Amino acid sequence: MNAFIAIVHRDLLLVMRRKSEVLTALFFFVIVTSLFPLGIGADAALLRKIAPGVIWVAALLSTLLGLQRMFAADYADGTLEQLVLSPNAFTALVFGKIVAHWLVCGLPLVLLAPVIGIQFDLDAQSLKVLMAALLLGTPVLSLLGSVGAALTLGVRGGSVLMSLLILPLYIPVLIFGAGAVYASSVGLDITGHFSLLGALLILALAFVPWVSASAVKIAIE
Amino acid sequence: MSNVNNLSSGQVTNWFKFSSPSAFYPLAGKMIPWFWTLTIIFGAAGLWVSFFVAPVDAVQGQGYRIIFVHVPVSWMSMFIYVVMAIWAGLGLIFNTRLSAMMAQALAPIGAWMAFLSLWTGAFWGKPMWGAWWVWDARLTSELILLFLYLGFIALQASIDNVRRADKAGAILALVGVVNVPIIYFSVKWWNTLHQGASVSLTKAPAMAQTMLWGMLLMALCLWMYSIAVGLMRVRAIILEREAHTDWVRQLNEVKQ
Repeated sequence: MNAFIAIVHRDLLLVMRRKSEVLTALFFFVIVTSLFPLGIGADAALLRKIAPGVIWVAALLSTLLGLQRMFAADYADGTLEQLVLSPNAFTALVFGKIVAHWLVCGLPLVLLAPVIGIQFDLDAQSLKVLMAALLLGTPVLSLLGSVGAALTLGVRGGSVLMSLLILPLYIPVLIFGAGAVYASSVGLDITGHFSLLGALLILALAFVPWVSASAVKIAIE
Repeated sequence: MSNVNNLSSGQVTNWFKFSSPSAFYPLAGKMIPWFWTLTIIFGAAGLWVSFFVAPVDAVQGQGYRIIFVHVPVSWMSMFIYVVMAIWAGLGLIFNTRLSAMMAQALAPIGAWMAFLSLWTGAFWGKPMWGAWWVWDARLTSELILLFLYLGFIALQASIDNVRRADKAGAILALVGVVNVPIIYFSVKWWNTLHQGASVSLTKAPAMAQTMLWGMLLMALCLWMYSIAVGLMRVRAIILEREAHTDWVRQLNEVKQ
């Protein structure tokens, strides 16, 4: 447990020392979502309709930007090897890195989403649903992404390859996350979407840290 | 007692002998002509049934006959992914080289089947629905399956260390096989949520018995084809990876 907290703390500290990388991913999120009205036109009804999809797709892509950093630097300087050798359960350490990634790349998206939503003329109810859906969905993105980051460690063209591997796996989160916002905007029941998002999160929490840890070990050995 | 032990262990080694590339290579070479023969027999029978025996569809006319290719390749594309994941998993658990080679050999075949399924589906869809592509749940998940195949192939191709490529690919295949049903159902529910039932594939009309036979024969033909091509590919992979060994250098086909 201590090791887990130490890893989260260390990764957050590293990010604070080099803020530009994280801010780049966040600005990417803001810029991409702002480009859509410019490309499509400022018709409020149309914007309301595409908002959930646009915001979710932008969230998916900006999560990808931060993923490369999850293991790459530690892999390059040998820290990762030491972590594997340490007496602490390596799965817990990997989980710590995933949590740190979510705190840096996922949580800010949840907080930024209402601002973007207002740009797209979403009402207050939809904004709440959007935030709640992102709160449940972005951890799944970080978790699944960690598998891709671990598999492509030190591989030629790793970041492009990682998007190819991970984006298909993100589809269920995208569907239920955007679907929840869409359903609430047309007055449908949204509990189903949230149950499924929650189920995806529980499933990912149960299995992914373990899978990522074995993937990292494969990359190192 | 020791005799019994020897006997049973002898039998076990007999079977597991073929998990070594040097023993499997000649065995695969012997099996390939048989599977090609079966491919041709089933293919000829299947095509004959589907073109000359199966009746003309009441609604779709002659155009429906692409079903005899389309449905079997779709089955194969899904089935091969599962088989590939099983081989990959076996390779990961037992650390056998041949299993990983089988997974690597199957991936392009499966990707090809998925591609053919989409392609023939588009040719069928255009005259029947008036569109090359609709965002139907089955079409969408088939497309995603193709992406998963391409991801597997790309990952294996971009890692230079063969053992690492095998293991990383195995993890990806296993993650993929767990995700395939999740993706399928999420796309299905998305589909019912977002669009009305403009096209319904699920309400298939009762099929004539001969149509079913045509489809089954074609499916068997593609099974045999996939096995034959899979064995040929695995032989090539064995030669490539074992090029440094003596037994490969002694092979007639390598010496020439």
